[in-house]
Amino acid sequence: MATLTAPVAERGLLARPIEPTGVWSWLTTVDAKRIGILYGVTAFIFFLIGGTEALVMRTQLAVPDSRLVGPGIFNAMFTMHGTTMIFLVVMPLSVAFFNYIVPLQIGARDVAFPRLNAFSYWVFLSGAVLMHLSFVIGQVPDTGWFSYANLTERAYSPSAGVDFWVVGLQVLGIASLAGAFNFLVTIINLRAPGLSLMRMPLFTWTTFITSILMVLAFPVITVALVELMFDRLFGTNFFNTAQGADPILWQHLFWVFGHPEVYILILPAMGVVSDVLPVFSRKPLFGYPFMVYAVASIAFLSFTVWAHHMFTTGLGPIATSFFTASTMLIAVPTGIKVFNWISTVYGGSISLKTPALFALGFIAMFTIGGLSGVMHASPPVDTQHQDTYFVVAHFHYVLFGGSIFGLFSGIYFWFPKITGRMLDEKIGTLHFWLMLIGFNLTFGPMHFLGVDGMPRRIFTYPAEMGWGTWNLVATIGAYIIGLSILVFIVNVFKSLRSGDRAGADPWDGRTLEWTTSSPPPHYNFAEIPVVHARDDFWVQKYPDLAGGHGGEIIASAPVAVAAAVGHDEHVYVHLPDPSYWPLITASGIFVAGFGLLFFMLLLPVGLFVVLFGTVGWSTEPVNG
Amino acid sequence: MSAQAPTHTNEHSHPGPNEYIKIAAVLGAITVVEVAIYYIPALRPVIMPLLIVLSATKFAMVAGFYMHLKFDHRIFTSMFVVGLVAAAFMIVAFIVLFHFLRAPLA
Amino acid sequence: MEHTAVLPAEAHETTTGLNHRKVLMWAFLGSDCMLFGSLIGTYLVYRGRYLAGPKPTDVFDIPYTSVSALALLMSSLAMVLALAAIQRGDIRRLKIWLLCVAGLGLVFIGGQVYEFTSFGEEGLNLAVSTFGTTFFVLTGFHGTHVTFGIVWLLMIWIMAKRGQMTQARSLDVEIAGLYWHFVDIVWIIIFTVVYLIPV
Repeated sequence: MATLTAPVAERGLLARPIEPTGVWSWLTTVDAKRIGILYGVTAFIFFLIGGTEALVMRTQLAVPDSRLVGPGIFNAMFTMHGTTMIFLVVMPLSVAFFNYIVPLQIGARDVAFPRLNAFSYWVFLSGAVLMHLSFVIGQVPDTGWFSYANLTERAYSPSAGVDFWVVGLQVLGIASLAGAFNFLVTIINLRAPGLSLMRMPLFTWTTFITSILMVLAFPVITVALVELMFDRLFGTNFFNTAQGADPILWQHLFWVFGHPEVYILILPAMGVVSDVLPVFSRKPLFGYPFMVYAVASIAFLSFTVWAHHMFTTGLGPIATSFFTASTMLIAVPTGIKVFNWISTVYGGSISLKTPALFALGFIAMFTIGGLSGVMHASPPVDTQHQDTYFVVAHFHYVLFGGSIFGLFSGIYFWFPKITGRMLDEKIGTLHFWLMLIGFNLTFGPMHFLGVDGMPRRIFTYPAEMGWGTWNLVATIGAYIIGLSILVFIVNVFKSLRSGDRAGADPWDGRTLEWTTSSPPPHYNFAEIPVVHARDDFWVQKYPDLAGGHGGEIIASAPVAVAAAVGHDEHVYVHLPDPSYWPLITASGIFVAGFGLLFFMLLLPVGLFVVLFGTVGWSTEPVNG
Repeated sequence: MSAQAPTHTNEHSHPGPNEYIKIAAVLGAITVVEVAIYYIPALRPVIMPLLIVLSATKFAMVAGFYMHLKFDHRIFTSMFVVGLVAAAFMIVAFIVLFHFLRAPLA
Repeated sequence: MEHTAVLPAEAHETTTGLNHRKVLMWAFLGSDCMLFGSLIGTYLVYRGRYLAGPKPTDVFDIPYTSVSALALLMSSLAMVLALAAIQRGDIRRLKIWLLCVAGLGLVFIGGQVYEFTSFGEEGLNLAVSTFGTTFFVLTGFHGTHVTFGIVWLLMIWIMAKRGQMTQARSLDVEIAGLYWHFVDIVWIIIFTVVYLIPV
């Protein structure tokens, strides 16, 4: 078995922690797999919080003229539900898989910057906690997840809620940027020998493209948030109409970020599905190069479509035409992907295991959401739908029916790799059908409600509007979704305790992550694999089946499948040791953010801790 | 930070200090010309394109020679240019949207 | 190849043969383009729509700002000379040129502080108009970048003084230099867009 090298005597400001287990080992870990688990568990906890907020809203809306919660709480609920689900659930769940799976898929032992990776997680947690501290003081953000100016100016939102939203999102932005830089460099620089770009698994590809989107989109929201913060703290005039400012600027900046952001949310799930479907169809991904080019062109076009969120602001015919055209254009690569997934399944020997069920559910639900999305490219239609429940239905079909279904597919697919145990198939199937039915009962009727004119973000409606029936159906659906999540939780705990043992390769997989044990050793691979083909592992297992796809195959150089695992020879694998510095530096950011919100004097203290952490970090011996 | 072997992959040799100084002289001269243009009333009608071309030249020279993009791995250029193009597109779009397609605020 | 690996992770061969940190720095600079792009975009959206306070032409002192812009431009020359020095193994010249860069950076920052103060005396501040708001936040962000760069370069200078910077670590200087040049080219744009092109 491989072992870690012993710590070297060289010392930085603090000795590197060496405990292999216990709380400190998690607090100081720089192992991408552990960080992935931290991301995943944290995101799931926020999924429960955000889901509860949704249930509060659905309960309130179940019947007309309901007075269960007032408008104030309702506003806080939809704001925090949206913000939580986007920034604290879908993004970090994707990042959890980036961390755990991408290094395995590219045959690497870790990411390019392990400490930056840990830092990214702790900053993410800081931002999430800072934002949720608003519940403690009872001034919860209540201006919607896009917080349009100038509602957010001090004069119109005097409560501290917007401040929590601004500071929390800024901190979360730092985490996202740090993570995105890391995965960008990792995928560019740590691919195993032979793993050329056009041999990479699709999930690695979507991680790569998503990272590029984050790198380019997050600075824009950072600037928008800084402008808003300056307006609220220092009385600047970015969105102050009294000084001639134009609040529409906020919408532009927000959606220049926001539209790439929706692809940041969906692309990883698309990558999961693109890796799952070939495994359960026992066929290579149909049209691999087209899938790659489609992802790349979606990313490129995503920066040219933002103002389709703003047709009703009166952009004028020229701008409206431009953004209509670009929006219709971006549907083309998206459509290509849908056809390729269907063609992948077509004619395959399909095994309907839970990951495949969720992947197929993804295709169907995402297609519905995609079609209602293209409808909104048409300004007259969009003008009718703006701020109605039709839009709510649309984006839940892509974000829940798309991202969440895709990510659950990934959870069922990779759970055996991460834990060494299979999730129960029967309970998983029950989970899938409950969630699919509940989802469609909840969001299907919202199409009708929207076309019938029911506006978003209203806390109640009079009975004579006739919206009661479909709202009740939607509420029942929401509780069925809630039930399905309980079923999932039961499945996780049951399977962790007594699930079937998963071998290294329980699904007859195609990519490198299935060549190592489940769970993988700390160092992932005892020997760095050498890649000879797309779907390399599959080609090794079935050299006869694999002909005719996946680029040139050098099958004459057989690489022993998973031979390195369990190697008896004493292999020295260098891995970076745990470190205190990511946690210290991130805690400085937390203190600074806390200071901005509660007690200004803590701001310089936090910044000093950040400086101290950076110095300690950069002088820490990499070996030690 | 650690001691590591430099991983230089420059196929071409970098320019030497003499070239750097020559480039600096050109950069300085362009700056002087820019300021001069600002003070010549006759050039007012074409001041905007003139200044944009001159500053873009300075930008390209610093990025190409001082930041070695001209001699370094292509991937660096593409990473930078992607950000630059996205930013330029956004700025141009903002100018068009706010100054040409929308009626100015009172 | 991994059997000998009691080496920092960084020194492992990378797929592209490029150093991780240098790739990271370029990715960061691409990202920073969007940061300054958003700030410059905001400035240009409000350009000419100033309801109160001094106008740009009332406060700008073009000859003065030209000098500090020139100082920053020439600091880039000193920066490449510092890099060339460490690549030759000439630590003595490295230290001299680093001090030149930091000094010219300080001239620029000093100039900005003086400029901000005198603008303030003429009645321009963050809150008085959209011009004050967008101007101070844009140039302030840039000034913060410059200040950070000065601190970074001085840290390298200190390490060089303590004998910790050797020819083998020229990449540290190169990466700091990339950041510095970027800050310089951002100012090339700001100087033209904000100061020289008349409203």
